[in-house]
Amino acid sequence: MVPLLILGLFYSLTDFSMLSIRHFGLKFIFSSAWNPVKHDFGALSSIYGTLVSTFIAMILAVPLSLAIAFFLVELVPPSIGRVVGSAIELLAAIPSIIFGMWGLFVFAPFMADHVQPFLEGIGGNLPFFKGPPMGIGMLTAGLILALMVLPFITSVASDVFRMVPVQIKESAYGMGSTTFEVARKVTVRYGIDGIVGAGFLGLGRALGETMAVTFVIGNSHRISASLFTGANSIASTLANEFTEASEPLYLSSLVELGLILLVITIGVQILSQLWLSRMRKKSGRGL
Amino acid sequence: MKRRPATFRKLSNTLVVGLSGFSALIGLFFLGWILMVVIIRGVSAISLDFFAKLPTPPGVAGGGLANAIVGTLLITLVAVLLGVPLGILGGVYLSEFGGRSKVAAVVRFAANVLMGTPSIIIGVFVYAIMVFPMGHFSGYAGAVSLAVIMLPVVVRTTEDMLRLVPNTLRESALALGAPRWKITFQIVFRAAKSGLLTGVLLAIARVSGETAPLLFTALNSPYWMKSLSGPTANLTVTIFNYAMSPYKDWQQQAWGASLLIMIGVLSATIISRLYLKERKKR
Amino acid sequence: MSEAVKTIFYDTEKPNKPISEKQTKIPGLSARDGSLKWAKESGTLEELSPKISVNDLNFYYGDFQALKDNSLEIYKNKVTAIIGPSGCGKSTHIRVYNRIYDLYREQRATGEVFLDGENILSPGYDIIELRRRVGMIFQKPTPFPMSVRENVAYGLKMHYKLSRSKMMERVEWALRQAALWDEVKGDLDRPAAALSGGQQQRLCIARAIAVEPEILLMDEPTSAIDPIATSKIEDLVVNLKERFTIVIVTHNMQQAARISDFTAFFYRGVIVEYGETEKIFTKPEEKQTEEYITGRFG
Repeated sequence: MVPLLILGLFYSLTDFSMLSIRHFGLKFIFSSAWNPVKHDFGALSSIYGTLVSTFIAMILAVPLSLAIAFFLVELVPPSIGRVVGSAIELLAAIPSIIFGMWGLFVFAPFMADHVQPFLEGIGGNLPFFKGPPMGIGMLTAGLILALMVLPFITSVASDVFRMVPVQIKESAYGMGSTTFEVARKVTVRYGIDGIVGAGFLGLGRALGETMAVTFVIGNSHRISASLFTGANSIASTLANEFTEASEPLYLSSLVELGLILLVITIGVQILSQLWLSRMRKKSGRGL
Repeated sequence: MKRRPATFRKLSNTLVVGLSGFSALIGLFFLGWILMVVIIRGVSAISLDFFAKLPTPPGVAGGGLANAIVGTLLITLVAVLLGVPLGILGGVYLSEFGGRSKVAAVVRFAANVLMGTPSIIIGVFVYAIMVFPMGHFSGYAGAVSLAVIMLPVVVRTTEDMLRLVPNTLRESALALGAPRWKITFQIVFRAAKSGLLTGVLLAIARVSGETAPLLFTALNSPYWMKSLSGPTANLTVTIFNYAMSPYKDWQQQAWGASLLIMIGVLSATIISRLYLKERKKR
Repeated sequence: MSEAVKTIFYDTEKPNKPISEKQTKIPGLSARDGSLKWAKESGTLEELSPKISVNDLNFYYGDFQALKDNSLEIYKNKVTAIIGPSGCGKSTHIRVYNRIYDLYREQRATGEVFLDGENILSPGYDIIELRRRVGMIFQKPTPFPMSVRENVAYGLKMHYKLSRSKMMERVEWALRQAALWDEVKGDLDRPAAALSGGQQQRLCIARAIAVEPEILLMDEPTSAIDPIATSKIEDLVVNLKERFTIVIVTHNMQQAARISDFTAFFYRGVIVEYGETEKIFTKPEEKQTEEYITGRFG
């Protein structure tokens, strides 16, 4: 009850108070420096890493999840759909550190040996695919994030697809539409609010994901266009360096990083809550 | 009117149908891959020593993660003791007393926001309020951060489960003259008991696999804990530390710990999900 | 239990070749010179041609048999009503005509259903084209989550190559035919969900006829609509039959009597009687029919 409120507020208050980055001011956000020795810190590289890895994850996860939801609800008999759906949901229950272990020891080598050389081969002139195929790096982190976000979106999208009234779907089929057309033109439109909500959910998860990303992102404070090089996200920076932070400015900068992440996440949260309540209001009237 | 040939439409339909099936296969494939890897690599690390002994320096055989196992259990236990009662109370408030009020709406909103907050930020938060002022890491701090993560989950499931109890039950108890609090705790609770337990189980499952919040609260330790007020060994941070180390046998142990965590979390999750689905059918 | 109505089925491409021969039971219906002549109760003579010929149709939901040995003919440009108590298989029957039951694995049909001489139940039959030719209106209006204009244009965009202006013409035409144009012409881009129930149903009709179907199936189209809108739709049906063949399932016998030319009475999955509407409602041949009509059951 009230504890929740207190916690909610306490948060921002306390984090905030830790930040004696009146030292750096706004420059913090835009600086890409990160030098503990010289006491020079900037959040840009971490922010960049967070945003890019999340972007990669969402670009992959959203279409994949929708395709899977389409498959589970419209293409296979409900019994199979439910079983496979539960299996996919199991992906969501796997702790992030397990994704990290698998990512670091199994997936990253796979990326290094097979996928990255392949990508370099076909798109070698693009800045994205240049660089030594080490396996760990932005791309791998994005891929693993996509895998972690996928089950959430699939699960919500499946529910949304199932909620479309049968008669509406039959009407669309009755006009001579193919299954894909019904899904694309009618079902998705009908449930677009829920699907966007699912997207927000996945987005929030990807932004804050820590352990899996930390394992494979490479822990480097450089900003580079290449997806093969190491990078850092806010979360991974915190995970890697927090316990090493020996003096107050270092620590404070790290906490400020955390605050930035908190602000971003809460911002996304608020947007999604607003969207959801708008959605609920809409389904109240008509149709 | 001029007709459009349907061949393109039918072809694209077939293509999309195929791709979707393929996507589902991809999802299942990765699930299987991860599970397999953890099982295969983890099994070889599990032995009696694993459960019984303390960690040994890298290169020395015979080490185990007994302290970490106990540590995780203890920390989780304390977290449950802190988070569950508070969470249930919160859920009770929302379901039985708050209803549609503005306050309830705000609380629900706050709970949702809390649920979506990255766990590492919660770790930073607890660091700020407990570790820093106290001057040292502690198992208690770790438990607190887990409790904070657990809280909104328990609140949400408690509220949902209590709402499932039909109002007629409450009304007949009221008609008999029972006071509100009695109704809630004796009658409604009993009706929703198994659902509530499932919610708690789900919360525990979620929380016991967490690493980030423990990273700078409970930290880790190669020794047995004398009490929870110092750095406390736990499985998840151990996995992190060992995996990042260059030592093969430590990495091996990390796999073993991963296997344990995975079994624990997945079985708890599967059991609670099965139960919830069964309840929904009723 | 009376036997199913039997009729003579002709291959409409080859007028003198009967596909199967069974005695016709529709009084006054005779086959001469390869076409069907219909001597109506009123005494006038009209020419009929069968649009749909159903031959021994049986339908199953899993193990449960919902339709037994259905045989009848639906005549072109006429309104055929299907009446009967709840659960007797009326909807099930017409849902075979556009093979919408194909969506559900446990539902299957055996027998033959000829549309213009071709068996639509045969494995290779083009279902997408079938569904363009056979439109369906449901009991509860089913507007798609888009604007009025987009709803009507839905099928047009899918099946036809049309220029912008031609498309608009066609949309207007369909809305006029459905007697909805005047009410929506002010704002075609408003969401279909904003229309009233009766308007939504007319919108569904407009949507269905925009693609030039040959047959319109209506499954209790006015049971969820208020009486004023209902009479509008009934007038609509009578007008539409000049261009389309209409099969309407209805619970409301007065409605069937008002607007249909032929009526089939179903009971427990079997066609008890089929004939000219006027005759069914005044001088039915089967006792069961009479009992239903007079309200003794159902």
